[in-house]
Amino acid sequence: MPDDKKVAVLGAGMHEWGKWGRPFVEYGLAAARDALADAGLGWRDMQFVSGADTIRNGYPGFVSGATFAQALGWTGARVASVYAACASGAVAIANARAQILAGLCDVALVVGADTTPKGFFAPVGGDRKDDPDWLRFHLMGATNPTYFALYARRRMDRFGATEEDFAQVKVKNARHGLANPYARYRKEVTVDEVLSSPMVADPLRLLEICATSDGGAALVLSSLEFARRHAGGGAPLVTIDAVSTVTPTFPNTVIEMPNFSTDSAAASTGAPGAAAAGFRPSIATAAYAEAGIGPEDVSLAEVYDLSSALELDWYEDIGLCGEGEAEKLLRDGATSLGGRVPVNPSGGLSCFGEAIPAQAIAQVCECVWQLRGSATGHQVERATVAVTANQGLFGHGSSVLLSR
Amino acid sequence: MAPATRVPAVEGWFTTGDDGAAPALLGSRCTGCGTFAFPAEATYCRNPDCTSSSFETVELSRRGRIWSYTDARYQPPPPYRAADPYVPFCLAAVELAAERLVVMGQVVGGVTVDDLAVGDEVELVVDTLYSEDGCDYLVWKWRPLGATAPGGEA
Repeated sequence: MPDDKKVAVLGAGMHEWGKWGRPFVEYGLAAARDALADAGLGWRDMQFVSGADTIRNGYPGFVSGATFAQALGWTGARVASVYAACASGAVAIANARAQILAGLCDVALVVGADTTPKGFFAPVGGDRKDDPDWLRFHLMGATNPTYFALYARRRMDRFGATEEDFAQVKVKNARHGLANPYARYRKEVTVDEVLSSPMVADPLRLLEICATSDGGAALVLSSLEFARRHAGGGAPLVTIDAVSTVTPTFPNTVIEMPNFSTDSAAASTGAPGAAAAGFRPSIATAAYAEAGIGPEDVSLAEVYDLSSALELDWYEDIGLCGEGEAEKLLRDGATSLGGRVPVNPSGGLSCFGEAIPAQAIAQVCECVWQLRGSATGHQVERATVAVTANQGLFGHGSSVLLSR
Repeated sequence: MAPATRVPAVEGWFTTGDDGAAPALLGSRCTGCGTFAFPAEATYCRNPDCTSSSFETVELSRRGRIWSYTDARYQPPPPYRAADPYVPFCLAAVELAAERLVVMGQVVGGVTVDDLAVGDEVELVVDTLYSEDGCDYLVWKWRPLGATAPGGEA
Protein backbone atom coordinates (compact mmCIF):
# COMPACT_ATOMS: atom_id res chain seq x y z
CA MET A 1 0.00 0.00 0.00
CA PRO A 2 1.55 3.34 -0.97
CA ASP A 3 2.34 5.58 1.98
CA ASP A 4 1.57 8.74 0.03
CA LYS A 5 -2.18 8.15 0.41
CA LYS A 6 -2.08 7.40 4.14
CA VAL A 7 -2.85 9.61 7.07
CA ALA A 8 -2.40 8.63 10.70
CA VAL A 9 -5.24 8.44 13.19
CA LEU A 10 -3.74 9.84 16.37
CA GLY A 11 -6.94 10.12 18.34
CA ALA A 12 -10.52 8.86 18.36
CA GLY A 13 -13.27 10.02 20.68
CA MET A 14 -17.01 9.65 21.04
CA HIS A 15 -19.87 10.88 23.16
CA GLU A 16 -22.25 8.11 24.10
CA TRP A 17 -25.29 7.75 21.80
CA GLY A 18 -28.73 8.36 23.34
CA LYS A 19 -31.75 10.62 23.18
CA TRP A 20 -31.48 13.68 25.34
CA GLY A 21 -32.33 16.53 22.98
CA ARG A 22 -29.45 18.70 24.20
CA PRO A 23 -27.52 21.00 21.81
CA PHE A 24 -25.40 19.04 19.34
CA VAL A 25 -22.37 21.19 20.26
CA GLU A 26 -22.23 19.52 23.65
CA TYR A 27 -21.85 16.05 22.13
CA GLY A 28 -19.31 17.17 19.54
CA LEU A 29 -17.26 19.02 22.12
CA ALA A 30 -17.10 15.98 24.40
CA ALA A 31 -16.06 13.77 21.48
CA ALA A 32 -13.43 16.30 20.33
CA ARG A 33 -11.90 16.57 23.80
CA ASP A 34 -11.78 12.76 24.06
CA ALA A 35 -10.10 12.51 20.66
CA LEU A 36 -7.55 15.18 21.59
CA ALA A 37 -6.79 13.46 24.89
CA ASP A 38 -6.49 10.13 23.09
CA ALA A 39 -3.99 11.74 20.71
CA GLY A 40 -2.07 13.35 23.54
CA LEU A 41 -2.47 16.70 21.82
CA GLY A 42 -4.07 19.98 22.76
CA TRP A 43 -6.73 21.93 20.89
CA ARG A 44 -4.12 24.61 20.11
CA ASP A 45 -2.13 22.00 18.15
CA MET A 46 -4.98 21.59 15.63
CA GLN A 47 -4.27 23.44 12.39
CA PHE A 48 -7.48 22.51 10.61
CA VAL A 49 -11.01 21.73 11.79
CA SER A 50 -13.25 19.67 9.55
CA GLY A 51 -16.91 19.54 10.56
CA ALA A 52 -19.82 17.36 9.42
CA ASP A 53 -22.94 19.55 9.44
CA THR A 54 -26.11 18.54 11.23
CA ILE A 55 -29.10 17.40 9.21
CA ARG A 56 -32.60 18.81 9.45
CA ASN A 57 -35.36 17.13 7.45
CA GLY A 58 -32.91 15.70 4.95
CA TYR A 59 -31.15 18.99 4.27
CA PRO A 60 -28.19 20.82 5.86
CA GLY A 61 -28.89 21.98 9.39
CA PHE A 62 -26.34 23.83 11.52
CA VAL A 63 -22.82 24.81 10.54
CA SER A 64 -20.44 22.48 12.34
CA GLY A 65 -16.76 23.29 11.82
CA ALA A 66 -16.77 26.89 12.98
CA THR A 67 -19.30 26.10 15.71
CA PHE A 68 -16.98 23.51 17.23
CA ALA A 69 -13.97 25.78 16.74
CA GLN A 70 -15.72 28.55 18.64
CA ALA A 71 -16.84 26.16 21.36
CA LEU A 72 -13.26 24.95 21.81
CA GLY A 73 -12.11 28.60 21.74
CA TRP A 74 -11.00 30.54 18.66
CA THR A 75 -7.37 29.81 17.83
CA GLY A 76 -7.27 30.93 14.22
CA ALA A 77 -7.31 27.32 12.98
CA ARG A 78 -8.54 26.94 9.42
CA VAL A 79 -11.96 25.44 9.04
CA ALA A 80 -14.38 23.72 6.68
CA SER A 81 -17.85 22.29 7.07
CA VAL A 82 -19.52 19.80 4.81
CA TYR A 83 -22.98 18.38 4.24
CA ALA A 84 -23.41 15.00 2.54
CA ALA A 85 -26.35 13.57 4.51
CA CYS A 86 -25.38 10.20 6.05
CA ALA A 87 -22.00 10.43 4.32
CA SER A 88 -21.14 13.82 5.88
CA GLY A 89 -18.68 12.32 8.34
CA ALA A 90 -16.73 10.53 5.62
CA VAL A 91 -16.55 13.67 3.50
CA ALA A 92 -15.32 15.60 6.55
CA ILE A 93 -12.60 12.95 6.94
CA ALA A 94 -11.82 13.18 3.22
CA ASN A 95 -11.42 16.96 3.47
CA ALA A 96 -9.04 16.74 6.43
CA ARG A 97 -7.10 13.98 4.69
CA ALA A 98 -6.77 16.04 1.52
CA GLN A 99 -5.41 19.01 3.50
CA ILE A 100 -2.86 16.76 5.17
CA LEU A 101 -1.82 14.86 2.02
CA ALA A 102 -1.46 18.15 0.16
CA GLY A 103 0.91 19.37 2.85
CA LEU A 104 -1.34 22.27 3.75
CA CYS A 105 -1.49 21.14 7.36
CA ASP A 106 0.09 18.47 9.56
CA VAL A 107 -2.70 17.71 11.98
CA ALA A 108 -6.47 18.16 11.86
CA LEU A 109 -9.55 17.64 13.99
CA VAL A 110 -12.66 16.05 12.45
CA VAL A 111 -15.96 16.37 14.35
CA GLY A 112 -19.58 15.42 13.76
CA ALA A 113 -22.51 15.50 16.17
CA ASP A 114 -26.27 15.84 16.12
CA THR A 115 -29.41 15.87 18.19
CA THR A 116 -32.48 14.38 16.55
CA PRO A 117 -36.26 14.63 16.81
CA LYS A 118 -38.41 11.61 17.72
CA GLY A 119 -40.08 9.30 15.24
CA PHE A 120 -39.84 9.01 11.46
CA PHE A 121 -37.57 11.46 9.73
CA ALA A 122 -40.07 13.96 8.29
CA PRO A 123 -39.49 16.53 5.58
CA VAL A 124 -39.33 20.30 5.92
CA GLY A 125 -42.67 21.96 6.79
CA GLY A 126 -44.78 24.16 4.50
CA ASP A 127 -45.58 23.57 0.85
CA ARG A 128 -42.46 22.50 -1.04
CA LYS A 129 -43.79 21.22 -4.32
CA ASP A 130 -40.39 21.36 -6.00
CA ASP A 131 -38.67 19.26 -3.31
CA PRO A 132 -38.67 15.51 -4.01
CA ASP A 133 -38.15 14.78 -0.32
CA TRP A 134 -41.32 16.72 0.58
CA LEU A 135 -43.25 15.28 -2.35
CA ARG A 136 -42.49 11.64 -1.61
CA PHE A 137 -44.13 12.03 1.79
CA HIS A 138 -47.00 14.08 0.39
CA LEU A 139 -47.83 12.04 -2.71
CA MET A 140 -46.92 8.52 -1.58
CA GLY A 141 -46.51 8.51 2.20
CA ALA A 142 -43.12 6.99 1.48
CA THR A 143 -40.99 7.11 4.66
CA ASN A 144 -37.37 6.02 4.92
CA PRO A 145 -38.37 2.50 6.06
CA THR A 146 -40.44 2.23 2.87
CA TYR A 147 -37.26 2.22 0.84
CA PHE A 148 -35.43 -0.14 3.24
CA ALA A 149 -38.37 -2.52 2.97
CA LEU A 150 -38.29 -2.50 -0.83
CA TYR A 151 -34.68 -3.73 -0.68
CA ALA A 152 -35.53 -6.32 1.99
CA ARG A 153 -38.45 -7.74 0.03
CA ARG A 154 -36.30 -7.96 -3.05
CA ARG A 155 -33.72 -10.06 -1.15
CA MET A 156 -36.49 -12.43 -0.09
CA ASP A 157 -37.74 -12.75 -3.62
CA ARG A 158 -34.40 -13.03 -5.38
CA PHE A 159 -32.28 -14.91 -2.86
CA GLY A 160 -34.71 -16.66 -0.54
CA ALA A 161 -33.89 -14.52 2.47
CA THR A 162 -36.30 -15.10 5.33
CA GLU A 163 -37.71 -12.91 8.06
CA GLU A 164 -35.66 -15.05 10.43
CA ASP A 165 -32.46 -14.14 8.58
CA PHE A 166 -33.24 -10.47 9.04
CA ALA A 167 -34.02 -11.07 12.71
CA GLN A 168 -30.70 -12.90 13.12
CA VAL A 169 -28.84 -9.78 11.97
CA LYS A 170 -30.50 -7.85 14.78
CA VAL A 171 -29.75 -10.60 17.29
CA LYS A 172 -26.08 -10.61 16.24
CA ASN A 173 -25.68 -6.85 16.41
CA ALA A 174 -27.46 -6.61 19.76
CA ARG A 175 -24.96 -9.13 21.12
CA HIS A 176 -22.02 -7.24 19.61
CA GLY A 177 -23.10 -3.96 21.18
CA LEU A 178 -23.56 -5.33 24.70
CA ALA A 179 -20.09 -4.33 25.87
CA ASN A 180 -19.79 -1.13 23.85
CA PRO A 181 -19.87 1.81 26.27
CA TYR A 182 -20.91 4.22 23.49
CA ALA A 183 -23.93 2.21 22.28
CA ARG A 184 -27.42 3.49 23.11
CA TYR A 185 -29.06 0.06 23.22
CA ARG A 186 -27.16 -2.58 25.18
CA LYS A 187 -29.60 -5.42 25.53
CA GLU A 188 -29.69 -8.88 24.01
CA VAL A 189 -32.73 -9.76 21.93
CA THR A 190 -33.99 -13.11 20.67
CA VAL A 191 -35.29 -13.97 17.21
CA ASP A 192 -38.75 -14.37 18.75
CA GLU A 193 -38.62 -10.90 20.26
CA VAL A 194 -37.64 -9.41 16.91
CA LEU A 195 -40.33 -11.33 15.04
CA SER A 196 -43.00 -10.35 17.53
CA SER A 197 -42.16 -6.63 17.41
CA PRO A 198 -44.67 -4.59 15.37
CA MET A 199 -44.45 -4.65 11.58
CA VAL A 200 -43.51 -1.19 10.29
CA ALA A 201 -42.94 -1.68 6.58
CA ASP A 202 -43.42 -5.29 5.57
CA PRO A 203 -41.15 -7.32 5.95
CA LEU A 204 -39.32 -5.04 8.38
CA ARG A 205 -40.29 -4.80 12.03
CA LEU A 206 -39.73 -2.15 14.65
CA LEU A 207 -36.65 -3.83 16.15
CA GLU A 208 -35.06 -4.10 12.70
CA ILE A 209 -35.20 -0.42 11.77
CA CYS A 210 -32.58 1.92 13.12
CA ALA A 211 -33.67 4.62 15.53
CA THR A 212 -32.62 8.26 15.39
CA SER A 213 -30.18 9.24 18.12
CA ASP A 214 -28.09 11.99 19.64
CA GLY A 215 -24.35 11.45 19.59
CA GLY A 216 -20.96 12.82 18.67
CA ALA A 217 -17.70 11.46 17.27
CA ALA A 218 -14.30 12.95 16.53
CA LEU A 219 -10.89 12.05 15.13
CA VAL A 220 -7.44 13.62 15.22
CA LEU A 221 -5.69 12.94 11.92
CA SER A 222 -2.12 13.78 10.96
CA SER A 223 0.57 13.22 8.37
CA LEU A 224 2.68 10.09 8.83
CA GLU A 225 5.68 12.32 9.45
CA PHE A 226 3.90 14.22 12.21
CA ALA A 227 2.81 10.89 13.70
CA ARG A 228 6.39 9.59 13.72
CA ARG A 229 7.66 12.72 15.43
CA HIS A 230 4.84 12.65 17.90
CA ALA A 231 4.90 8.89 18.45
CA GLY A 232 4.20 7.92 22.00
CA GLY A 233 2.28 5.16 23.75
CA GLY A 234 2.30 1.46 23.06
CA ALA A 235 -0.74 1.26 20.80
CA PRO A 236 -0.01 0.40 17.16
CA LEU A 237 -0.35 3.30 14.74
CA VAL A 238 -3.59 3.08 12.80
CA THR A 239 -3.77 4.73 9.39
CA ILE A 240 -6.57 5.72 7.04
CA ASP A 241 -5.49 4.31 3.69
CA ALA A 242 -8.39 5.25 1.45
CA VAL A 243 -11.57 7.30 1.55
CA SER A 244 -14.28 6.83 -1.06
CA THR A 245 -16.83 9.59 -1.53
CA VAL A 246 -18.12 8.46 -4.92
CA THR A 247 -21.35 9.51 -6.58
CA PRO A 248 -23.48 7.04 -8.58
CA THR A 249 -22.78 6.10 -12.18
CA PHE A 250 -25.53 6.71 -14.75
CA PRO A 251 -27.86 4.95 -15.16
CA ASN A 252 -28.48 4.30 -11.47
CA THR A 253 -31.20 1.69 -11.76
CA VAL A 254 -31.89 1.04 -8.07
CA ILE A 255 -34.63 3.14 -6.50
CA GLU A 256 -33.14 5.44 -3.86
CA MET A 257 -34.46 7.79 -1.20
CA PRO A 258 -36.00 10.30 -1.73
CA ASN A 259 -36.67 9.65 -5.42
CA PHE A 260 -39.84 8.66 -7.24
CA SER A 261 -37.99 6.79 -9.94
CA THR A 262 -34.64 5.44 -11.01
CA ASP A 263 -32.59 6.65 -13.92
CA SER A 264 -33.73 5.31 -17.26
CA ALA A 265 -31.37 2.81 -18.87
CA ALA A 266 -33.14 3.22 -22.21
CA ALA A 267 -30.35 5.14 -23.86
CA SER A 268 -27.38 4.15 -21.75
CA THR A 269 -24.19 4.80 -23.64
CA GLY A 270 -21.88 3.97 -20.77
CA ALA A 271 -19.56 0.98 -20.96
CA PRO A 272 -21.59 -2.23 -20.77
CA GLY A 273 -21.69 -3.46 -17.20
CA ALA A 274 -20.20 -0.26 -15.83
CA ALA A 275 -23.34 0.64 -13.96
CA ALA A 276 -24.84 -2.83 -13.84
CA ALA A 277 -23.46 -3.49 -10.37
CA GLY A 278 -25.18 -0.39 -9.02
CA PHE A 279 -24.20 2.44 -6.74
CA ARG A 280 -23.81 0.66 -3.40
CA PRO A 281 -21.22 -1.86 -4.67
CA SER A 282 -19.21 0.94 -6.27
CA ILE A 283 -18.67 2.68 -2.92
CA ALA A 284 -16.24 0.27 -1.25
CA THR A 285 -14.82 -0.84 -4.61
CA ALA A 286 -13.43 2.68 -5.03
CA ALA A 287 -11.84 2.54 -1.57
CA TYR A 288 -10.26 -0.87 -2.24
CA ALA A 289 -8.89 0.39 -5.55
CA GLU A 290 -7.41 3.48 -3.93
CA ALA A 291 -5.65 1.41 -1.26
CA GLY A 292 -4.64 -1.36 -3.64
CA ILE A 293 -6.18 -4.11 -1.54
CA GLY A 294 -9.30 -6.25 -1.79
CA PRO A 295 -12.13 -7.49 0.39
CA GLU A 296 -10.18 -10.69 1.10
CA ASP A 297 -7.75 -8.56 3.14
CA VAL A 298 -10.46 -7.21 5.44
CA SER A 299 -10.58 -8.31 9.10
CA LEU A 300 -13.79 -6.50 10.01
CA ALA A 301 -16.38 -4.14 8.60
CA GLU A 302 -18.64 -1.43 9.97
CA VAL A 303 -21.59 -1.01 7.61
CA TYR A 304 -24.73 1.10 7.64
CA ASP A 305 -27.46 -1.22 8.92
CA LEU A 306 -30.33 1.23 8.56
CA SER A 307 -32.33 -1.98 8.57
CA SER A 308 -31.37 -5.52 9.52
CA ALA A 309 -31.87 -6.63 5.91
CA LEU A 310 -29.73 -3.83 4.54
CA GLU A 311 -26.72 -5.22 6.41
CA LEU A 312 -27.01 -8.32 4.20
CA ASP A 313 -26.94 -6.15 1.07
CA TRP A 314 -23.75 -4.55 2.36
CA TYR A 315 -22.01 -7.96 2.77
CA GLU A 316 -22.24 -8.32 -0.98
CA ASP A 317 -21.68 -4.66 -1.77
CA ILE A 318 -18.35 -4.57 0.09
CA GLY A 319 -17.28 -7.88 -1.44
CA LEU A 320 -17.41 -10.18 1.60
CA CYS A 321 -19.37 -12.67 -0.52
CA GLY A 322 -21.00 -12.96 -3.92
CA GLU A 323 -24.48 -11.77 -4.81
CA GLY A 324 -27.14 -13.83 -3.08
CA GLU A 325 -24.66 -15.37 -0.62
CA ALA A 326 -25.11 -12.99 2.31
CA GLU A 327 -27.67 -15.11 4.12
CA LYS A 328 -25.28 -18.07 4.06
CA LEU A 329 -22.44 -15.91 5.38
CA LEU A 330 -24.68 -14.79 8.24
CA ARG A 331 -26.04 -18.26 8.98
CA ASP A 332 -22.48 -19.66 9.04
CA GLY A 333 -21.54 -17.14 11.70
CA ALA A 334 -18.81 -15.60 9.54
CA THR A 335 -19.96 -12.08 10.35
CA SER A 336 -20.35 -12.62 14.10
CA LEU A 337 -17.59 -11.86 16.59
CA GLY A 338 -15.31 -14.90 16.43
CA GLY A 339 -16.20 -15.47 12.78
CA ARG A 340 -14.08 -14.98 9.67
CA VAL A 341 -14.97 -11.32 9.13
CA PRO A 342 -17.11 -9.79 11.87
CA VAL A 343 -19.49 -7.11 10.64
CA ASN A 344 -20.59 -4.30 12.94
CA PRO A 345 -18.61 -5.44 15.98
CA SER A 346 -19.66 -2.09 17.50
CA GLY A 347 -23.28 -3.24 17.41
CA GLY A 348 -23.90 -1.05 14.38
CA LEU A 349 -26.81 1.30 13.91
CA SER A 350 -28.89 -1.44 15.48
CA CYS A 351 -27.34 -0.59 18.86
CA PHE A 352 -26.56 3.06 18.22
CA GLY A 353 -29.40 4.51 16.22
CA GLU A 354 -28.38 7.14 13.76
CA ALA A 355 -26.78 10.45 14.73
CA ILE A 356 -26.20 11.29 11.11
CA PRO A 357 -23.16 13.59 10.89
CA ALA A 358 -21.43 11.62 13.65
CA GLN A 359 -22.17 8.17 12.30
CA ALA A 360 -19.55 7.74 9.57
CA ILE A 361 -16.95 9.15 11.98
CA ALA A 362 -18.13 6.75 14.68
CA GLN A 363 -17.66 3.85 12.25
CA VAL A 364 -14.04 4.95 11.87
CA CYS A 365 -13.58 5.35 15.65
CA GLU A 366 -14.72 1.77 16.13
CA CYS A 367 -12.29 0.56 13.46
CA VAL A 368 -9.45 2.46 15.15
CA TRP A 369 -10.13 0.80 18.50
CA GLN A 370 -10.47 -2.60 16.85
CA LEU A 371 -7.15 -2.21 15.02
CA ARG A 372 -5.43 -1.05 18.20
CA GLY A 373 -6.83 -4.07 20.02
CA SER A 374 -8.60 -1.92 22.60
CA ALA A 375 -12.25 -2.77 21.87
CA THR A 376 -12.77 -4.40 25.23
CA GLY A 377 -15.57 -6.95 25.25
CA HIS A 378 -16.17 -6.80 21.51
CA GLN A 379 -12.65 -7.16 20.14
CA VAL A 380 -12.05 -8.79 16.75
CA GLU A 381 -8.98 -10.98 17.15
CA ARG A 382 -5.86 -10.07 15.15
CA ALA A 383 -7.58 -7.32 13.23
CA THR A 384 -5.27 -5.67 10.69
CA VAL A 385 -7.56 -4.10 8.07
CA ALA A 386 -11.01 -2.57 8.55
CA VAL A 387 -13.51 -1.11 6.13
CA THR A 388 -16.52 1.13 6.68
CA ALA A 389 -19.37 1.68 4.26
CA ASN A 390 -22.40 3.89 4.10
CA GLN A 391 -24.54 5.79 1.67
CA GLY A 392 -26.03 9.27 2.06
CA LEU A 393 -29.14 10.81 0.53
CA PHE A 394 -28.83 12.51 -2.85
CA GLY A 395 -25.98 10.32 -4.14
CA HIS A 396 -23.25 10.31 -1.50
CA GLY A 397 -21.04 7.26 -1.16
CA SER A 398 -18.87 6.79 1.91
CA SER A 399 -16.24 4.17 2.60
CA VAL A 400 -13.07 4.39 4.67
CA LEU A 401 -10.28 1.80 4.72
CA LEU A 402 -8.01 1.58 7.75
CA SER A 403 -5.05 -0.61 8.67
CA ARG A 404 -2.36 -0.98 11.27
CA MET B 1 -74.22 17.77 -2.52
CA ALA B 2 -72.16 18.79 -5.55
CA PRO B 3 -69.63 16.22 -6.69
CA ALA B 4 -66.12 16.96 -5.51
CA THR B 5 -63.86 18.80 -7.92
CA ARG B 6 -61.06 16.53 -9.10
CA VAL B 7 -57.65 18.16 -8.75
CA PRO B 8 -54.26 16.53 -9.34
CA ALA B 9 -52.28 16.58 -6.07
CA VAL B 10 -49.29 17.64 -8.12
CA GLU B 11 -49.41 19.58 -11.37
CA GLY B 12 -48.18 18.06 -14.62
CA TRP B 13 -47.01 14.66 -13.37
CA PHE B 14 -49.85 12.57 -14.80
CA THR B 15 -53.04 12.73 -16.81
CA THR B 16 -56.23 12.10 -14.87
CA GLY B 17 -58.18 10.22 -17.50
CA ASP B 18 -61.04 12.70 -17.09
CA ASP B 19 -61.04 13.30 -20.85
CA GLY B 20 -61.93 9.67 -21.46
CA ALA B 21 -58.40 8.58 -22.34
CA ALA B 22 -56.59 6.15 -20.06
CA PRO B 23 -54.57 7.94 -17.36
CA ALA B 24 -50.79 7.95 -17.65
CA LEU B 25 -47.68 9.27 -15.97
CA LEU B 26 -46.12 12.20 -17.78
CA GLY B 27 -42.37 11.89 -18.15
CA SER B 28 -39.80 13.46 -20.39
CA ARG B 29 -37.81 12.01 -23.23
CA CYS B 30 -34.54 13.66 -24.17
CA THR B 31 -34.62 14.50 -27.86
CA GLY B 32 -30.84 14.12 -27.95
CA CYS B 33 -30.32 10.62 -26.56
CA GLY B 34 -33.76 9.19 -25.78
CA THR B 35 -33.30 9.02 -22.00
CA PHE B 36 -36.59 9.07 -20.11
CA ALA B 37 -37.17 10.74 -16.77
CA PHE B 38 -39.98 10.83 -14.26
CA PRO B 39 -40.91 13.35 -13.04
CA ALA B 40 -40.09 15.12 -16.28
CA GLU B 41 -36.75 16.87 -16.66
CA ALA B 42 -36.85 20.31 -18.23
CA THR B 43 -33.30 21.62 -17.89
CA TYR B 44 -30.74 18.83 -18.17
CA CYS B 45 -30.39 15.26 -19.34
CA ARG B 46 -29.07 12.86 -16.72
CA ASN B 47 -26.96 11.03 -19.28
CA PRO B 48 -23.36 12.22 -18.71
CA ASP B 49 -22.63 11.78 -22.42
CA CYS B 50 -25.53 13.99 -23.53
CA THR B 51 -25.61 17.78 -23.41
CA SER B 52 -29.07 18.19 -24.89
CA SER B 53 -31.51 20.49 -23.16
CA SER B 54 -34.45 19.66 -25.38
CA PHE B 55 -37.17 17.39 -24.06
CA GLU B 56 -40.54 16.16 -25.15
CA THR B 57 -43.30 15.29 -22.71
CA VAL B 58 -44.36 11.68 -23.10
CA GLU B 59 -46.91 9.39 -21.51
CA LEU B 60 -45.06 6.52 -19.83
CA SER B 61 -46.10 2.90 -20.18
CA ARG B 62 -49.31 2.27 -18.27
CA ARG B 63 -48.32 -1.25 -17.34
CA GLY B 64 -45.24 -2.60 -15.65
CA ARG B 65 -43.96 -5.33 -13.38
CA ILE B 66 -43.39 -5.10 -9.63
CA TRP B 67 -39.68 -4.65 -8.82
CA SER B 68 -40.44 -4.71 -5.11
CA TYR B 69 -43.20 -3.76 -2.70
CA THR B 70 -44.00 -3.03 0.93
CA ASP B 71 -46.66 -1.37 3.04
CA ALA B 72 -47.02 1.47 5.55
CA ARG B 73 -48.37 0.08 8.81
CA TYR B 74 -47.85 3.33 10.68
CA GLN B 75 -49.32 6.64 9.61
CA PRO B 76 -46.67 8.59 7.67
CA PRO B 77 -45.91 12.07 9.02
CA PRO B 78 -47.13 15.27 7.29
CA PRO B 79 -47.16 16.41 4.55
CA TYR B 80 -48.92 13.06 4.03
CA ARG B 81 -52.64 13.64 4.64
CA ALA B 82 -53.89 10.47 6.20
CA ALA B 83 -57.51 9.47 6.50
CA ASP B 84 -58.90 9.35 10.04
CA PRO B 85 -58.83 6.60 11.14
CA TYR B 86 -55.63 5.73 9.35
CA VAL B 87 -55.84 2.87 6.88
CA PRO B 88 -52.51 1.17 5.97
CA PHE B 89 -51.67 0.96 2.30
CA CYS B 90 -49.16 -0.80 0.08
CA LEU B 91 -46.46 0.78 -2.06
CA ALA B 92 -44.79 -0.71 -5.09
CA ALA B 93 -41.74 0.08 -7.18
CA VAL B 94 -42.68 -0.85 -10.72
CA GLU B 95 -40.36 -1.56 -13.63
CA LEU B 96 -41.46 -0.09 -16.98
CA ALA B 97 -39.93 -2.17 -19.75
CA ALA B 98 -39.93 0.35 -22.59
CA GLU B 99 -38.50 3.20 -20.52
CA ARG B 100 -36.17 0.91 -18.55
CA LEU B 101 -36.85 2.70 -15.30
CA VAL B 102 -38.55 1.93 -12.01
CA VAL B 103 -41.35 4.18 -10.70
CA MET B 104 -42.81 4.10 -7.22
CA GLY B 105 -46.37 4.68 -6.20
CA GLN B 106 -49.04 3.62 -3.78
CA VAL B 107 -50.99 0.49 -4.58
CA VAL B 108 -54.78 0.89 -4.74
CA GLY B 109 -56.74 0.36 -1.53
CA GLY B 110 -57.90 -3.07 -0.48
CA VAL B 111 -54.64 -4.73 -1.52
CA THR B 112 -52.32 -6.22 1.10
CA VAL B 113 -48.73 -7.39 0.71
CA ASP B 114 -50.06 -10.94 0.60
CA ASP B 115 -51.71 -10.09 -2.73
CA LEU B 116 -48.41 -8.94 -4.28
CA ALA B 117 -45.29 -10.61 -5.62
CA VAL B 118 -42.14 -9.40 -7.37
CA GLY B 119 -42.71 -9.68 -11.12
CA ASP B 120 -46.50 -9.29 -10.95
CA GLU B 121 -48.01 -7.11 -13.64
CA VAL B 122 -49.68 -3.89 -12.51
CA GLU B 123 -51.54 -1.10 -14.24
CA LEU B 124 -51.59 2.63 -13.59
CA VAL B 125 -54.80 4.15 -12.29
CA VAL B 126 -55.69 7.55 -10.90
CA ASP B 127 -57.26 7.57 -7.47
CA THR B 128 -58.03 9.97 -4.63
CA LEU B 129 -55.07 10.69 -2.36
CA TYR B 130 -57.08 12.86 0.05
CA SER B 131 -60.19 15.05 0.04
CA GLU B 132 -60.32 18.58 1.38
CA ASP B 133 -62.65 21.61 1.00
CA GLY B 134 -64.84 19.97 -1.63
CA CYS B 135 -61.91 18.78 -3.71
CA ASP B 136 -60.62 15.29 -4.34
CA TYR B 137 -56.86 15.50 -4.70
CA LEU B 138 -55.74 12.86 -7.17
CA VAL B 139 -52.59 10.79 -7.49
CA TRP B 140 -51.40 7.84 -9.58
CA LYS B 141 -51.55 4.39 -8.02
CA TRP B 142 -50.71 0.87 -9.16
CA ARG B 143 -53.42 -1.74 -9.48
CA PRO B 144 -52.53 -5.41 -9.71
CA LEU B 145 -53.83 -7.08 -12.85
CA GLY B 146 -55.65 -10.30 -12.27
CA ALA B 147 -59.17 -11.52 -11.99
CA THR B 148 -59.60 -10.97 -8.28
CA ALA B 149 -57.65 -7.75 -7.99
CA PRO B 150 -59.51 -5.06 -6.04
CA GLY B 151 -60.54 -1.73 -7.50
CA GLY B 152 -59.54 1.88 -7.63
CA GLU B 153 -60.94 3.80 -10.53
CA ALA B 154 -59.41 3.09 -13.88
